[in-house]
Amino acid sequence: MRREIHAEWTKLRTVAGPGWLLAGMVVLTVALSAVAATTVTCGSAGCGHDATRLGLMGVQLGQAMVALLAVPAVCGEYSTGLIHTSLTAMPRRTTLLAAKASVLTAMALAAGTVAVLGSVLAGRLLLPGSGFTAEHGYAPLSLTDGPTLRAAVGSVLYLGLIALLSVGVATAVRDSAAATGVVLGLLYLFPISIRMIADEETQRFLWMISPTNAGLAVQATTDSAILPLGPWAGLGVLAAWAAAALLTGWVLLRQRDA
Amino acid sequence: MSTVTPYRSDLRAGRDGFAQLLRAEWTKFRTVRGWVAGIVAAALLIVGLGLLFSSGSHSSCMKGPVEVPCPAPVLGPGGEAVSDRFYFVHQPLDGDGSITVRVNSMTGQIRKPDVTAGVRNVVTGVVPWAKAGIMIKESTEQGAPYAAVMVTGSHGVRMQHNFTEDVAGRPGGVSAQSPRWLRLTRTGDTITGEESPDGRQWTRVGTARLDGLPAQVRIGLFAASPGDITVTANTIGGYSAASRFTEATAVMDEVGLRGEGTGGTWRIDDIGVTTGLDGVTPHHPGRLERSGGTFAITGVGDIAPLTELGSIERTLTGAMVGLIIVIVVAVLFVTAEYRRQLIRTTLLASPRRGRVLVAKAVVIGTVTFVAGLAANAVALPIGRQILRGNNIYPLPVSTLTELRVVAGVAALLAVAAVFAVALGSLFRRSAMAVIVAIAAILVPYVLATASVLPASVSDWLLRVTPAAGFAIQQSIPAYPQVTSYYAPASGFYPLAPWAGFAVLCGYAALALALAVHRLRRNDV
Repeated sequence: MRREIHAEWTKLRTVAGPGWLLAGMVVLTVALSAVAATTVTCGSAGCGHDATRLGLMGVQLGQAMVALLAVPAVCGEYSTGLIHTSLTAMPRRTTLLAAKASVLTAMALAAGTVAVLGSVLAGRLLLPGSGFTAEHGYAPLSLTDGPTLRAAVGSVLYLGLIALLSVGVATAVRDSAAATGVVLGLLYLFPISIRMIADEETQRFLWMISPTNAGLAVQATTDSAILPLGPWAGLGVLAAWAAAALLTGWVLLRQRDA
Repeated sequence: MSTVTPYRSDLRAGRDGFAQLLRAEWTKFRTVRGWVAGIVAAALLIVGLGLLFSSGSHSSCMKGPVEVPCPAPVLGPGGEAVSDRFYFVHQPLDGDGSITVRVNSMTGQIRKPDVTAGVRNVVTGVVPWAKAGIMIKESTEQGAPYAAVMVTGSHGVRMQHNFTEDVAGRPGGVSAQSPRWLRLTRTGDTITGEESPDGRQWTRVGTARLDGLPAQVRIGLFAASPGDITVTANTIGGYSAASRFTEATAVMDEVGLRGEGTGGTWRIDDIGVTTGLDGVTPHHPGRLERSGGTFAITGVGDIAPLTELGSIERTLTGAMVGLIIVIVVAVLFVTAEYRRQLIRTTLLASPRRGRVLVAKAVVIGTVTFVAGLAANAVALPIGRQILRGNNIYPLPVSTLTELRVVAGVAALLAVAAVFAVALGSLFRRSAMAVIVAIAAILVPYVLATASVLPASVSDWLLRVTPAAGFAIQQSIPAYPQVTSYYAPASGFYPLAPWAGFAVLCGYAALALALAVHRLRRNDV
């Protein structure tokens, strides 16, 4: 599979788009985290905010950029016809899909690491200014703190899983506009629906199957006990979505004509 | 010598007016099965999800241990749902007349969130919109028309009538050193409210016209105190607002009544009082302590329009899903031309490039508007019917407002489609255009309503981003004289409905202008 991975890496490396997108993803993630860390204030002890989660809020915007990286990387091959060349050169379709998914996930993880580290740093610098101080019961964000480290690592993995989800959906749908719509719909419609519905049972159910809500439970450090799912179980929900999407994409890639 | 005759085709020249262009674009749209299916799916999803959300929402009311059907909300004279609960000490009045009173003090209690679980944490104080004063009301029936002039906790003297109307008088509170004199005068259907610092020099606060007021009305003294609201963010992404008990006590004397029918005994009504778990004992009753001409009236509740039960636009939740589909179809409507090279033919046939793009925008906008309108017009009434069956009464609004919500959400989808067409033409890349459109319209909305960002940031997001357009669906206005949780998360937008919609239209127009510019300047 090494050669396939090399081929996919060459495809992505030699166009300008992915580099800019990854840079944009880092900038947007850190920027939104910084905005959240500056604008949300803590007036007194026990103000109920989760400082770690605030500092990592930018992931909610960064995920859209990961989708924007992964979806066209797959769908672009179909719209330009490159897929014919790819499949001629690499006839084992499973390997091709695996190589593509690995390269894109690795890129998302790498950029995600930079973005998350940047967000944690921004949070560490900015949160004390918003009242998240020792007097109010908040230690500065630090990766030596167990839950914060878990939240940071979890956020990076979250972005990696979004890349996998996007690859899966894009392989299944093939059209980049439709695939983008499906991925962003999955990511952003659940939080809206949860707010709209009045029934608490249904709210919890929607929360538990929502890739964004459950997946980002991995960022929770203070209210993990109240959330319907634990941090890793929550990330598992997103992993299940990604696996389902990849499986669908894989089956369709093997069965359909290119 | 020879003359060269330029070549002329024998075919008659076709007309290339805007109508032909529209027809061409409509044909393109109509003949791609996927796009038509997409718009139809968007409409069906708006209806389907609306019904699903409505049937998934339940509410129950208990009377003691027994579950009973929830009472429908009390309606005010304007048809809006109102809260009408206060302590009323009153007499009949036949025809014209007036009441004068001196308010000497206003005190009260507020229940704050419990510090130790199970121990009531009650502090003294009055909430900002606690109110006490004098009132003329058609009857003691809840929701009956009224006009009142009052002192409030921290908003000075006010004249209010028929629940939604509120006029400010002089600011400042009352005390024994600086009492406040109030007077209400009825002349036919017109009621005038006045105030005075000393009972001699009167200033008019306002007048109210209560059309069709019968000859005999009730006139008297009242007190009320709305609940104290605390909002807590819900861990799974919503919020919960809790309203806790408060009461206000006003001491009034120098009561002067003029008019036929007055002068008899005072009647007392704790209007709208609810009963406790046993169904008999009143829950938090008001009271009157009278010594001679001095009335100390304690009241609980509020006389105001309701803002919290939930509004009709909740039945249109599916429009969010519809929005994504509409954006995808609209982007494809342009980018597919680049992918298939059809754009070259299109521009050859119609070399005036700006008009091509405008025709595309008109076609996709119209199609989306019609589909959205049909879907909303079905989803809203049926969803409301289902909600009522589930014991939830969405706050009623006027027909005009309902039309604005139904047509407004359809227009929101249409303008989003135009915005997406413009972005598609600007970027020529589907994924980029779809992401930018969604990131511009939907993501700010998600961040503003379903995240921990404080209300001030949420308000700004919904002022300056295209997500401001969602304001068009707000059916219940935020009343400054009613304490409530007015935040994007509870459906209250920082901009007025049409102003918010105008922001979205502005973005769409800007994107379209940029797209036309790029299409003219760049090669295809």
